Amino acid sequence: MTDSLLEQRLMLHPQVALRPEPFGALAYHYGNRKLVFLKHPDVVRLVRALDGTGTTAEKLSECKIDAARWPSFEHALANLHASEMLK
Amino acid sequence: MSKTQLVEQLKSGLDAPICLTWELTYACNLECVHCLSSSGRRDPRELTTDEAKAVLDELHDLQVFYINMGGGEPMIRRDFFELLEYSISRGIGVKFSTNGAFIDTAKAKRLAAMDYLDIQISLDGTDAVTNDAVRGEGSYDTAIQAMNHLREAGFGEFKISVVVTRYNVDQLDESKALADEYGAQLRITRLRPSGRGADSWHDLHPTQAQQRQIYDWLVLNGENVLTGDSFFHLNALGEEPLPGLNMCGAGRVVCLIDPIGDVYACPFVIHDEFKAGSVRDDGGFSQVWKQSDLFTELREPQSAGACSGCGEFDACQGGCMAAKFFTGLPLDGPDPECVKGHGEAALLAASSVQVPKPMMDHSKPSRVPVTIGRR
Repeated sequence: MTDSLLEQRLMLHPQVALRPEPFGALAYHYGNRKLVFLKHPDVVRLVRALDGTGTTAEKLSECKIDAARWPSFEHALANLHASEMLK
Repeated sequence: MSKTQLVEQLKSGLDAPICLTWELTYACNLECVHCLSSSGRRDPRELTTDEAKAVLDELHDLQVFYINMGGGEPMIRRDFFELLEYSISRGIGVKFSTNGAFIDTAKAKRLAAMDYLDIQISLDGTDAVTNDAVRGEGSYDTAIQAMNHLREAGFGEFKISVVVTRYNVDQLDESKALADEYGAQLRITRLRPSGRGADSWHDLHPTQAQQRQIYDWLVLNGENVLTGDSFFHLNALGEEPLPGLNMCGAGRVVCLIDPIGDVYACPFVIHDEFKAGSVRDDGGFSQVWKQSDLFTELREPQSAGACSGCGEFDACQGGCMAAKFFTGLPLDGPDPECVKGHGEAALLAASSVQVPKPMMDHSKPSRVPVTIGRR
């Protein structure tokens, strides 16, 4: 079992493109051709900040995401991780 | 945000389409009786190579991730590979639909060497008799041969696309087995009364009992087959919604560019009523997508109309706009294949009205037997 996503240093997969949309963004993975909806602008902000340099928890703090919201962000990131949008 | 909220958001439109179909040419070697675009002969006004590349540049700027190329038979265009390669080089993945007639050994190898490319072979039956009745004599063998070439070339997972009719609905399991045999993915879509389909739909569309059969099959197998979300009208049949977004994406997340550059709300409505503009207009495709009156209207909340009294509207969304339009039904009423039976009553009521005719007919002239000699 790997550590919690909060402790990992995640980054957006280089083959993933983000397209801004009114509800947040669309993420498209050119490798596995999956299309995923990022359904909140804050999730988009966080995902854009993930560059492998710090842990998810550090990035959440940097992006000034209230700690009470972290569980829902962790859930969103888990989905993105499962579809290989994040690595 | 829940899936329902997302669907509501998508109904008000996206900054660029997710699913853009581009019919490259009206020319086709086949004359399928249900052809959505009434294809056959090339149109002299078709986009030039340079114009097509300019459209691809625009789609790149809009961050359209992938497009569906079709026709007609897209491989008939002399610049087909040039456009394919240009699109991919601009970061726009391509899936193209073909009858397979032009996929020989060499082309299969060339296609297998390309990234970000999907191929969809059309096949409307798992035997020649069933398929050829709709797609023309010899078309089954042609498609199978193309599939063999792709397999031998190591293309990988391509798609087999089946339009479900009254006559092939019993072959869903066999279609899946055929796809599995080739390491391919099965895609099944709904027959629409569009293009030449306006004439053949009444004979080909699945019966009420068969609609139930399709729904049950999709509930069991839907996660492993593609449907283009085309069967959402069946959701009124049961508690379990079919996989997918289950909404009409016309003008909201979907649109069509036809061979001469006209932009329509979806691939099933090639008619002036649903034409939003042209890529040749000032402002190009972006302007049409973002500002055309038609698309703006389609992104506004739609009325349930005659369906508002039916408890199933949330499930079926009133069905398909194109299916209603080309059978002469009001757009704010039931789908002609309404699973609650409201469509049949509506069709009877509409039987005296003038049904709109497809406006862009590129069918080959019908062969009239010629009598030689003196009369």
